[in-house]
Amino acid sequence: MTVHGRGNRPPVVTEPTLGPPVSPDATLDGILERCRSLAGDPSLEAVSRWKGEHPGALAIGLFPVYAPAELVEAVGGLPVPLRGGGGRIELERADARMQSFVCSITRSTLELGLSGRLAALDGVIFPSICDAARNLSGIFRRNFPSLLVEYLHLPSNAASRVAVDYGRGEFSRLLGKLEARAGRRATEEDLARAIVAGNEHRDLVRRLYALRREDPGRISSLESWVLLRAGDVLPRGEHAATLRRALDLLPRRATRPRDRIRVLLHGAFCEQPPLELLATLEEAGCEVVGDDLLLGTRWLRAPVRAGGDPLGALAEAYLRDSTPSAVRHGTTESKGEAILEAVSRCRADGVVFATAKFCEPGLFDLVLEKRVLDRAGVPSLAFEFEERMGAFESIRTQVETFVESLLLFGGERPVPERAGRRP
Amino acid sequence: MSGPFRFQNAGRTLQKELLSQWYGELSSANEEGVPVAYLFISGNVAELLRAFDFRLGYPEVNSLQCGIKKAAGPFILKAEDAGYSSDVCGYVKNDLGLLASGGKAPFGNLPRPDLLLCTYSGCTTYVKWFEALAEATGAPLVFLDVPYHRDPDAFASDRAYVVSQLEELIGVCEKITGKKFDETKLRGILDRSRRAEEAWTRILESARRRPSPFDAFFEAVFFMAPLYVLRGTEACVRFYETALAEIEERIAHGIGPLPEERFRVVVEGPPPWPHFRAFGELFRRWGVCAVASTYSKVGGLFDQGVRHDPDRPLESIAEHAIHCYTNWNLGLRRDLLERYVRDYSADALVIHSVKSCRSFSVGQADAREAFSHEKGIPTLFLESDLADPRYFSEAQMRNRIDAFFEALTHRRLAGAGAGGKP
Ligand code: SF4
Ligand code: SF4
Repeated sequence: MTVHGRGNRPPVVTEPTLGPPVSPDATLDGILERCRSLAGDPSLEAVSRWKGEHPGALAIGLFPVYAPAELVEAVGGLPVPLRGGGGRIELERADARMQSFVCSITRSTLELGLSGRLAALDGVIFPSICDAARNLSGIFRRNFPSLLVEYLHLPSNAASRVAVDYGRGEFSRLLGKLEARAGRRATEEDLARAIVAGNEHRDLVRRLYALRREDPGRISSLESWVLLRAGDVLPRGEHAATLRRALDLLPRRATRPRDRIRVLLHGAFCEQPPLELLATLEEAGCEVVGDDLLLGTRWLRAPVRAGGDPLGALAEAYLRDSTPSAVRHGTTESKGEAILEAVSRCRADGVVFATAKFCEPGLFDLVLEKRVLDRAGVPSLAFEFEERMGAFESIRTQVETFVESLLLFGGERPVPERAGRRP
Repeated sequence: MSGPFRFQNAGRTLQKELLSQWYGELSSANEEGVPVAYLFISGNVAELLRAFDFRLGYPEVNSLQCGIKKAAGPFILKAEDAGYSSDVCGYVKNDLGLLASGGKAPFGNLPRPDLLLCTYSGCTTYVKWFEALAEATGAPLVFLDVPYHRDPDAFASDRAYVVSQLEELIGVCEKITGKKFDETKLRGILDRSRRAEEAWTRILESARRRPSPFDAFFEAVFFMAPLYVLRGTEACVRFYETALAEIEERIAHGIGPLPEERFRVVVEGPPPWPHFRAFGELFRRWGVCAVASTYSKVGGLFDQGVRHDPDRPLESIAEHAIHCYTNWNLGLRRDLLERYVRDYSADALVIHSVKSCRSFSVGQADAREAFSHEKGIPTLFLESDLADPRYFSEAQMRNRIDAFFEALTHRRLAGAGAGGKP
């Protein structure tokens, strides 16, 4: 089922005003308020402010889905994950340079650049995820000659015994470019410190997801998204402090009423859906207890080895501990296993596939994953989205029907998830 | 001056003969018990597999053939019925739809593969394609990671990485076929590849002449086929020697593919296979000859010096894998196009942007800006598809092509005093 559309609609979040950094006695509402103001600010004001406070340091954009942010941090820089325009900007200049049959995030990211909104950045790294993003790196190189634009080839033949060495070499090549641009060397200690900080941060993100699985009444998927999204423009340590404080406060928060079905949201690992879409899912009766939104925040599933050879450890982690994903080569068995495992870990009643329109990796994997779910008797629903889609009514109707069918027939299914539903 | 024509149409005739022979051998491979490997066209490692006597099938050629034989539509719909989006590559859907329909293609029956060798060179969608084929056929999928030619700094380690993987692949092939790797045999195959590549390069470069004896797009797409499916065989060498003789004969007679060459263009992008003839006709009526094209380089940039080399077997295979057109970064691609326009004395650049292939098309609109606005090269931008017949509007195409060449004609008349070039 495909639903998409265009139209004018008011932005979800108003233009940002920067609040003060999180204090040890910040309230949950205060934290969420601040994150909301930071999340998805297309003009990267927080990054400009950081640059003002750190003269000479680099701010480096990272195109999704995963690139080792630790390399940027090791040269004293700020990694800035890019997520496109999120429906908040008009395409004025990018249309002439990129055809209409390409996903929104590549087009809107180009628009961000052409409209000067990426002025705070010194460079952008494009990891090898798909042809659209790969070629966008070339468009960036031509249109923004003063930016450091690097294409990172993430090794994709995990079966090869030389893949780790190759990955290490590629990370080291990238680090060399960053060092040259930053005018400083990254020492082993710099890298080790960044690795430890990265491990801690990913651990907090995982705790947030565990909380959503175990106690979904405490936080909505929208709030969780906003909490994580703020991390795109904050230094890792500051964002970690925010998450830590939120995780302390959340268990004490009053729970929301629980009469929804548990859903795994899958497919929006790169381009992010409009927030209205998340809201629509919740309003239609879904509790999103797991998702692959902002996947880069927890791409590595285990801590990176600290100590020893840091670049080798990052390469090894990439090859050994990456999340199975449409943007990495994998067998149907491995990907099928991964989605079934996610379903059972989340005790999900069903899966909602939300795939970015024109996203080839996502749209291809969708077919195989859906077959795996069908064979396993896990109900699923699929639709496509765009950053600037305007109408959600058709999706709402589909989701409501999906939810009703699950509530009606769910009890007959052989899958044990419903036993885990909270009263 | 030369005598009578001895080689007229010799290339096309032999090409058809060799291709149908190849399909025949492929169709019967399973019954004969000969192992079959599927691979991609771009930067493939056919030579290495040939050294193990695999018969080679190319899913892209399945789709190409369905397209040109106007059989693609129903297969694409079949794949869409199975859940594939209308927005993903039509080549992939065509092939998957064909397989789901029992593998009975208009040109023969598809054999069951014993090995799927995914060479990911220049196209990420390749990965998705072979993942889907692995699921559908159950054949082992071996992945050869060919890095994008993104930066000269990375080339040495990229090549070493590919060579190491080729060494590992040799082990896999030994296991599947039960044959020991024979390096002497591989060298012989590489030597034949090199000879065919030399002759092909001479054919391509003949288009620098005025008039060009050869259409480097509309003819090249047929002339390049043996190099893609038969590289490394004696038949392939024979084909290119024959084709070169045909071209040399045309040169001797001072003729080309058109009665009169009025415009010389460089073509960027693949052809719209389901409407190939109609598309060509729209150019032919203006006396347009393609003197260089990028589609004829997707299987390897032989005119840029890429060669298989018996003295450097694995290194040269790796270099070929990296140096195919769509695996080059956009800066290198733009420079190449600019060189083609200059070295082949082209009047204009024609960009055919196809929806299916983001590997080709993303960046073309930006290149148009660069060429037409910054470099002053007249650029015609057309959109349709290489696989899906639904995206071709002949009336619209005709209008754009006519308007463009009318404008070029006016420019030429206005500048006639300056040598008649636009
Ligand atoms: S949304 Fe999909 S197609 Fe677009 S850049 Fe991301 S992975 Fe590539
Ligand atoms: S995207 Fe392009 S190169 Fe890749 S399979 Fe499709 S047509 Fe071929």
